[in-house]
This record gives sequence, structure tokens and C-alpha cells, in this order.
Amino acid sequence: MDEIKYNPNVDYGTPKSQSTKQITLTVDDRQVTVPEGVSIMHAATIAGVMVPKLCATDSLEPFGSCRLCLVEIEGRRGYPASCTTPVAEGLKVHTQTPKLADIRRGTMELYISDHPLDCLTCATNGDCELQDMAGAVGLREVRYGYDGENHLESVKDESNPYFTFDPSKCIVCSRCVRACEETQGTFALTISGRGFDSKVSAGNKSFLDSECVSCGACVQACPTATLIEKTVIEAGTPEHSVTTTCAYCGVGCSFDAEMKGEEVVRMTPNKDGGANHGHSCVKGRFAWGYATHKDRITTPMIRKSIKDPWQQVSWDEAINYAAGELSRIQTQYGKEAIGGITSSRCTNEEVYVTQKLIRAVFGSNNVDTCARVCHSPTGYGLKQTLGESAGTQTFDSVMQSDVIFIIGANPTDGHPVFASQMMRRLRAGAKLIIADPREIDLVANTPHIRADYHLKLRPGTNVALISALSHVIVTEGLVQEAFVKARCEWDSFVAWRDFVAKPENSPEALAHELGIKAEDVRAAARLYATGGDAAIYYGLGVTEHSQGSTAVMGIANLAMATANIGREGVGVNPLRGQNNVQGSCDMGSMPHEFPGYRHVADDATRALFESAWGRPLSSEPGLRIPNMLDQACEGSFKALYCVGEDIVQSDPNTQHTTHALENMECVIVQDLFLNETAMFAHVFFPGASFLEKSGTFTNAERRISPVRRVMAPKNGYEDWEVTAKLSTALGYPMSYKHASEIMDEIARLTPTFHGVSFKKLDEMGSIQWPCNDEYPAGTPIMHVDEFVRGKGKFFITEYIATTEKVNAKFPLILTTGRILSQYNVGAQTRRTPNTAWHSEDILEIHPHDAEDRGIKAGDWVGIVSRAGETVLRAKITERVQAGVVYTTFHHPESGANVITTDNSDWATNCPEYKVTAVQVTRVNQLSDWQKHYKTFSDAQIAFVNRKAEAAR
Amino acid sequence: MDIQRLITMANQIGDFYKSYPDQTQAHVEIANHLNHFWALPMRKQIAQYINEQGGIGLHDHVLEAVKAHLHV
Repeated sequence: MDEIKYNPNVDYGTPKSQSTKQITLTVDDRQVTVPEGVSIMHAATIAGVMVPKLCATDSLEPFGSCRLCLVEIEGRRGYPASCTTPVAEGLKVHTQTPKLADIRRGTMELYISDHPLDCLTCATNGDCELQDMAGAVGLREVRYGYDGENHLESVKDESNPYFTFDPSKCIVCSRCVRACEETQGTFALTISGRGFDSKVSAGNKSFLDSECVSCGACVQACPTATLIEKTVIEAGTPEHSVTTTCAYCGVGCSFDAEMKGEEVVRMTPNKDGGANHGHSCVKGRFAWGYATHKDRITTPMIRKSIKDPWQQVSWDEAINYAAGELSRIQTQYGKEAIGGITSSRCTNEEVYVTQKLIRAVFGSNNVDTCARVCHSPTGYGLKQTLGESAGTQTFDSVMQSDVIFIIGANPTDGHPVFASQMMRRLRAGAKLIIADPREIDLVANTPHIRADYHLKLRPGTNVALISALSHVIVTEGLVQEAFVKARCEWDSFVAWRDFVAKPENSPEALAHELGIKAEDVRAAARLYATGGDAAIYYGLGVTEHSQGSTAVMGIANLAMATANIGREGVGVNPLRGQNNVQGSCDMGSMPHEFPGYRHVADDATRALFESAWGRPLSSEPGLRIPNMLDQACEGSFKALYCVGEDIVQSDPNTQHTTHALENMECVIVQDLFLNETAMFAHVFFPGASFLEKSGTFTNAERRISPVRRVMAPKNGYEDWEVTAKLSTALGYPMSYKHASEIMDEIARLTPTFHGVSFKKLDEMGSIQWPCNDEYPAGTPIMHVDEFVRGKGKFFITEYIATTEKVNAKFPLILTTGRILSQYNVGAQTRRTPNTAWHSEDILEIHPHDAEDRGIKAGDWVGIVSRAGETVLRAKITERVQAGVVYTTFHHPESGANVITTDNSDWATNCPEYKVTAVQVTRVNQLSDWQKHYKTFSDAQIAFVNRKAEAAR
Repeated sequence: MDIQRLITMANQIGDFYKSYPDQTQAHVEIANHLNHFWALPMRKQIAQYINEQGGIGLHDHVLEAVKAHLHV
């Protein structure tokens, strides 16, 4: 039979089935054929028959509590719930009979007898399933009256900044409780009490104080106004929606922007989203208010010096001033004296036009992207070993994994929506290995999940761990030699095998260096190699080291040696921090590569772009971000076009970065806000939010998803238009009329994107590249029959300890990370109520280290490194091991990167954020840097406002 | 750029390849890495440093690799 065409706007009541066996039944005289395992309710919906329901929704397993979906089945007694009754061959089901109507009306009477009759003033009026069902069952009276015992006086919980919980409207259908369990996996909600006292409870705490992570799954599932967005209460129900893609992490969730005119009322996760399947996290679901925050700057500004107030000017004036300065500087200092940086917060199209501007107009390859400071080792390492700078799987692949190995990643905080999917698989029995210096939530702080092995290694020893794991696999005969012989370069394997087999790479020899018992390493290696389909997920805890690229190659070695690559359930999966890390790299925003990861020295590729762009192009690799900054400090790099990135806050050794910027003669920043880098800028181009532009993002699974404009840009232009204007002012007109035309150019010039277009994205929703004539529908799993490079290549990955060593002066290791509610440098999330969960960065310190230093919880502590000093508040916790301290970098005044150093990955210069030797002591005042920062930033903000005041 | 920083970076690259059984090929790989990823001014600077000061601070195999295979 034809495949069922599911409509994302229809609620089928219960989940789909993956069965290939087909069942034919009759529902109200309509014959329907469906996969075995679906419910009668689901089959009825496919047949076009809507069975009344309240406790059922197709994102949740059936529950069978509301008693509205009862049906009659010929030959069976009673009135079974259609949601919990599976289909069977030949069933004849009746959904509408006089008896069923009586039962349903009676049930609805009971519900409504204990429900406020305030429909006309209720926030979900017109969008309420209870209201709909009252109509559907023909409820005309409530015979019991409304004077009996009820819950109408129950007190609202408005503690959560984004939604209210009004128990007076709750029908105790448990959809919220089940969503919290099944969809999110947090188990924060429960039904407390029995019988009439049954009520939804967040563990007898307010929602804000509870374990709730504010993902919105409960709000999404609620069929009444019990759990509802505050924005809907304020603005009313939306009148249209546009599907777009979240601008936060590398999961790349699809959302419906639900609108009233040009105002977003709420963002709801798209059930049809390939990455998120209708789930969301607190950032994407709720934290979009920054787009209209009062701090946003929407008028271009220029100034001669960073000591001057800003002048608000017209777009033409700003563009011409910037172009004039760039030309002057190139004339005075040479064409290599300028460059540009894109951000993973830019769309593919914005990145593409920016690198085109720099290559074709600036005349150099001095273009880099913020992936430099996060996943550049992934790009390098996977290209070397597998042949493509990208992850190998879909997110859905995790559901087929028997063993999940997480190295240096914290999915519940960094990639929460994917983490929910991973947690579902773990609760279903997959084994879990975690290698992390810190006890992340998945180790033992997540309901019904406990890591089988937590390899709590010392920061900076990833490569030693990979060597030890490899040693076990090789010396215990766990290599899948048939796969290696067929799929990999045998000579490279032999060299690797002989290297890792050396005694110095054994878990016993490395136990002291790692800080892990050898037997745990051996057991973890055996589990990874022999536990079935095993997938590695890794993050910045792997890449942001002096041996970041080595570790990535080591991970690829492990996957190849154990044949855990090239099919569902396995693979090498970099968890990208930001929404478009993958895309910004794909688009040629690295100084040595054109779009599609082709080196600038490749004559054929360069000729292709020269022909398309009509300009000669340099065959020499350009400067990376740290190279640009180093050269600026020395005086030879003079101007920077920085699009959407905040290098002052996000790059290491802040004082080095700010010194470099102070040395430049023209810094152009394009952003929503006066970010930390813009405080050192001479030209400010106001940016457009993701709600105000068209384009695409590419997520961690290579999924290209559409970003759709839902409102006019508040600054007047989409970001790619600003870049095009600058290009035109520099004498190279870019005449794109729409972002789709940029994608068309990308597709023409990039083999892995040949089949991509906005039209196709509209049709398919999203596409995983490569998408071309060979793979017209995209490529969910890579390296299936052969590696992109042909044969997979093993690399010897010798462990070399970082030069950032602890000593008597700096006895602790600082490592950094992120938290669920905040995103990257916090420019967006700090301007939302997400600060309710994380209003400041704090320093986690082990009780022993705290006691040694007389530090108590909440004390101000100074953290001093070889690079600088800052002050944070202390939190004492055993999550970190003794000798290690940890913080986040979401707030600029924290100065987390004042203390990180210039050390970097050998292959890519990705900074070694994860290892900084520090001393921690109690202090009673801010650091000198923080005092200076406050004075400086207050002055810079005043420089904006002073002009605004004058304009008023 | 600060020559000490370039020396450190070049030595780091050399460290990655020092375990390779074929050191002749390793020298090519070290230089290839510099040729592929370092901007020309950086390569020129390290080449000049070697010419003028003998490459003090560079590991021996890095020095050999740069001398033999660096494109400037």
C-alpha cells in the first residue's frame, strides 16, 4: 500500500508504529490499512474519523484515563478505549453510537462540573481541547450543578517566567506528567494525592524551584489552559504561523513561530521537525524575547575612535564610511592588513556572502569563523581520517545504539533536545560510558539513568584515554579486522595498531596520568568494542585542547577499528555548540578552504570560483582569528569586519584580544547588540534577528533547515543585504534579490550542495547534505559503503601532555563549560528571563580544595592564571574532582576568558579553554580587570545612549 | 607575529608527527601542514628566522622539515 502521508497539523492521538506488517480494519464503515501496533484511535484518525479524546496525544504513549475515546468493536464486549486498544486484522469498529454518546456526555459532565466556566475570558478560548470536546460530545447541561466540592479556588503558580500553572483548570489527564517523563525525561512532575485530591505537582515545590527544566513539553501537551504561555495570556491566541529554525544550539530544532501580525506570540516545536520531532528546550521554546529587547540597536553608528561617542548615521553613510576606511587601510598597509570573521550564529547565506566579500573584494583569504574556537579540530580530524568534516549520523540514529559513549560533552545542558532522545534510548536499556572530568547530569543525576562507566579523567588527558582504550581493543583482539581490511588503509591501520599496542599505552601505564583505574578503562573499552552498535558523541571537551585534533582523529580510529561506523546506531557524532557551526564551516569560512572544504591552493576549485565571481582569488591560506589578533598586536593587521561574533567575550586571553582590537584602525561589528567586541568598534552595522531574515542553518547532523522571515527587519535589512551593500560600496556589486539566490549560487559551486534549493527545502522540510544527483534526498548516514576519502585512514595519536601545567603557584586546573538556560556568550539569553536560572557565572570547587583555602559556599574567590585574574562566587560541589575547578562563560563581567590562555590545538589553533592552571583564594573585592571592565563598558554604553538622547 | 609563538606552534605540529615510523614522510607532512594552514607571512617569518638565526628553539625534525619542504 502507499505510505501513509502524515499531516503534522493533525493529532493522531497515539504514536506511530515502525512495524512493516500491515493491518486492515474498518472504522465506521471506512476500510483503512495501517502498520501493526498502532491504536484504533490512530487508525481512525488516518481514516479521517476523529474520535473524541482528552488524555491522548500522539507525542505520548496511550494512557486510557479520560474515557472519552471509547469505541464499540463488533464481536467484543464492552467499550474499550480506542487509544489503548491496538488494531487487529478485520476489526469492525464503531466510534459513534447512541450508547457511546451517552457515556461521553456523562464523562464530560463530570469534567465540566469541576471546571471554571470562564471560556470567554480564558486565554485558550478557541484553542482548548476541553472546549472542543464539550462541543463534540454535545454537552448541553451539567446535571450535578457547580456547587459541589471542587478545585476552582486552587491557587495559580506563576513562578515560572514563561508559563503559568492554573490547577483550577486541570482535568488531571496526566499529559503534562507523561510529557515530562516520556518527551523530556526529567520526571519533574507527578500526580500527588488520590481520588478527588489528585493533582499535578512539581514535587510539592513551585515550578521555578522544582526540577522542571522549562522545556515546554508540559505546556505543549496540556489540553486546557492549565499550563499556558504567559505571552498567550497577554497577547491572545495567534492567528498564523510560520515554520522556521531555532537560532540557538547545534540541534537545530524546527519551530512554528505563532504570530499575530508581525508579533510573535509563541514559538512551538514543530512535530515534523527532523531534528526535534516536536520537542524543545527552554531557550528555543521561550527565550526569544531578546529579539525585541530594549538594548537592541537598530540604527547604524560610526565613530573615529573608541574614545568617542557613537554617531547615529544613515545606512548609506555607515556603509560608505566603512568602505572608505577599508580602502584607505588597504592602500596604506596592504591588502593583507584587513580581514573578517563570521559567526556560527549567521545563516549559511550570510557566511557565504561574507567569505565571498573577503576573498573576491578584500583580495585575501583572511576569513575565519568562530568554529575556530570550538569545533575546528572536528573539521580537521574527521577530514583527515574519514574524508569529510562532519558528523556521520542522524540524531535519530541514537535510538538504534546499544552503547552510547559520551566524551567531553554535556548533552542535557548543551544539546537538551537531543539529550531527551538519548535519554529515551538509555532508559530503554542502552549502555552508557561517559568520559568527563566533571560529573555531568547523565552520570547519576538523571532519573532512571546511571552511567555504566564514568571515566573521570584529569583535564587534558583525552588522548591518553583514547590511547588506553585503543590499547585494550588491539591487545585483546577486539578489532573488527574484516571491516578494517575492506574499508580502511591497511598500512595506516598496522602503524596505528603497533603504536597503541605498546606497553606505555596500556591502561595500567596511563592510570596515574588519567586518574582512572585501569580496570575501568579496560571494561569501558570492551563494552564499546563488543556491546553491539556503539556510537560516540563528543563535544568541546574533546576539541578545546592542545591536542583537540589528535583526540578527534583518535575517536575516528576507535570507530573504524571496531566497525562502529557506516550504519544506524553507530558513528562519530560531534555535538556542535551553536546552531550553524557545521554550516559556517561548510560555507568556506575557514581561511584555507572554499565552500565545500576545498583548499584554496587547488587550482581547479579556485578557477571555478574565479570564473563565477569574476575576480582573481588568492591561492594562499589566510589568517586565522588568533593570527589576526597576534598581527594586530604587532601592528600589521589593521581592520576587521566581524559579523555576528563577539571575540572579546568568547575568545581566550581577553586582554590580548582587546589589545589587538585597540590597535586596529577600523573595527566593523554587525550585531543585534553593542556586544563586548562592539565596544572596541568604529562602525556598528545593526543586525537582524533570526525572526527577521531568510536563510538556512545546518545543524550537527548536517541537516540544512530553513530560517524564514516572520517579520520585517527592525534594522531595515537582512544581514546578507548589509554585506552585499558593503561589497557594492567597495566596487563589487552583489545583486542578490533574496537569500534563495545565494543558496542557488552555493549549490552551483559546491558539489555536496548541488541538489539544495529553498524550493526543495520547502518541499522536504530539511535536507542532510550531501544532496546532489547521487543523493537527491540527502544523506542521513555517511560512509555507508565507503568512506568519503575512499579508504578510512588511521592516524597515530600519541599523547603529549599540555604545556599548561599546574605548579605551586597555580595548583588547580580550571575547565569551562555551559549551562542549560544560557547560550554561548549570553548576548541573547541574558536578555531574557532565563536569567532566573543563571544570573551569574559561578566557580565550582571541590570541598577539599575549598576547605584547604578556607572557602565557604557563596564566598567571592579570586581565580588567577598565567594570563589574568577574575573574581567569581564559589559553589562547593563534588561534581568537580579535587584539583579541578569549573565555571561557565555566559556573563561578560565574569571575565572567564581573562584567565584562559593562548595555548591552542596544534593543528587548528582552537584554544585550550579546557585546561588552565589557576590558583583560587578568598577575596573581598572584584579583580582589577573587572573594575576596569565596569568603567569601560559603562562608558561605552553611555556613548550609545548619549547620542540617542541628543537625537531625542 | 611573535616568533616564539610561531616556534611553539611549529613544534606542536612536529610533536604530532614525531611518532610516525617513516620520519622522511613525517617531515613532508609537517611542512605540508604549514603550507596548507599557515598564511604566507607566517611561513616567511619562520623561514627568515631559520635563515638568520638558525632556527634556535625549533625541534630538530621540525627544522629539517621546514628547511626541506616549506613553500615560501
